[in-house]
Amino acid sequence: MNTARDWPLWEVFVRSRRGLSHGHVGSLHAPDAEMALRNARDLYTRRREGVSIWVVPSSRITASSPDEKDEFFDPAADKIYRHPTFYDIPEGVDHL
Amino acid sequence: MHDHDPEERFQAIIDDDGRIEPRDWMPPAYRKSLIRQIAQHAHSEIIGMQPEGNWITRAPSLRRKAILMAKVQDEAGHGLYLYAAAETLGVDRAELLDMLHDGRQKYSSIFNYPTLTWADMGAIGWLVDGAAIVNQVPICRCSYGPYARAMIRICKEESFHQRQGFEILHTLSHGTPAQHDMAQDAVDRWWWPSLMMFGPPDQESTHSEQSMRWGIKRFSNDELRQRFVDMTVPQAEVLGLRLPDPDLRWNPERGHYDFGEIDFTELFEVIKGNGPCNRQRMADRRRAHEEGEWVREAAAAYAAKRAAQREEVA
Repeated sequence: MNTARDWPLWEVFVRSRRGLSHGHVGSLHAPDAEMALRNARDLYTRRREGVSIWVVPSSRITASSPDEKDEFFDPAADKIYRHPTFYDIPEGVDHL
Repeated sequence: MHDHDPEERFQAIIDDDGRIEPRDWMPPAYRKSLIRQIAQHAHSEIIGMQPEGNWITRAPSLRRKAILMAKVQDEAGHGLYLYAAAETLGVDRAELLDMLHDGRQKYSSIFNYPTLTWADMGAIGWLVDGAAIVNQVPICRCSYGPYARAMIRICKEESFHQRQGFEILHTLSHGTPAQHDMAQDAVDRWWWPSLMMFGPPDQESTHSEQSMRWGIKRFSNDELRQRFVDMTVPQAEVLGLRLPDPDLRWNPERGHYDFGEIDFTELFEVIKGNGPCNRQRMADRRRAHEEGEWVREAAAAYAAKRAAQREEVA
């Protein structure tokens, strides 16, 4: 392996505190998962930004569409009846 | 929004103050311009470790030493955030480093000035990082998502850098007469180069107009420079230090401080490679990269060994 040139790219996800989900914070290069975790700690949690880190090889992520086009999400656009605000409720009805 | 024309769609997102994300269509020139800017920014962060690294072993107290090390580590981190942002545009970090090492890409000229005394650590934090913050805060709203997100992280961390610099100068300025003189000398040397960090005057700036249209840049060089002067003058008064410009005075009509003419021939000389430390900075960067080769090799060998062990177990 020729230096850092061939190291894979890892996406880094950090849980900022207990009770919250992991969120994407950025990416980094590392030769394997263990070193990706250590590098992620040094790079993305220097100020106690996290209590847990996930690293995922970027190449293993499957994304919705090659160029983030709107059509993929169009089916949801005309179904406003999925939101509670769609419905008319008479005055005085509580807890609904 | 319908995408009959990808360029129209692209510009519509920007005009709507939306963000462009890595896999969106973008004009080749937008991509190229961003790669150039983000790479130059990343290079500046890692070259910027040198002038301050110079003082780690000679920091006047353990407290100052720990702070300076944390700051230099931050600069490395900022470089990595930015290289990662640049890579989302389809370049390779190793390629960008090659371009830095062989001079095809540049870094901020400010790092080609020497750090002669401890007070320079104060002046760099207060003035150089202060100017950087003024430049960088608007980039937190840049049209390219990954660059904007990296800048948000960086700006949060930079404010510690500026404060620690201010504190160093404040302590020196209110110390012995010799310490006060050292602080004044540092400010005398760093003031004009800091003003040049905002780039050439608007009428001579080559990249500005298109960058504005693309939402990469939001304020002109001269606007940002004025903003920096206006916020810095009152801080200098608190420090008890003089800014070395006889023409510096409040202009009530403009509502801004007027300041003297900047000698841009100096800036262009430094950009061309004729600053006091250009050659040394580049030589040190290449040497650090070459001497770090064994670490990269060891990391790769360790990863290979661990992978082989896992295979045996399985």
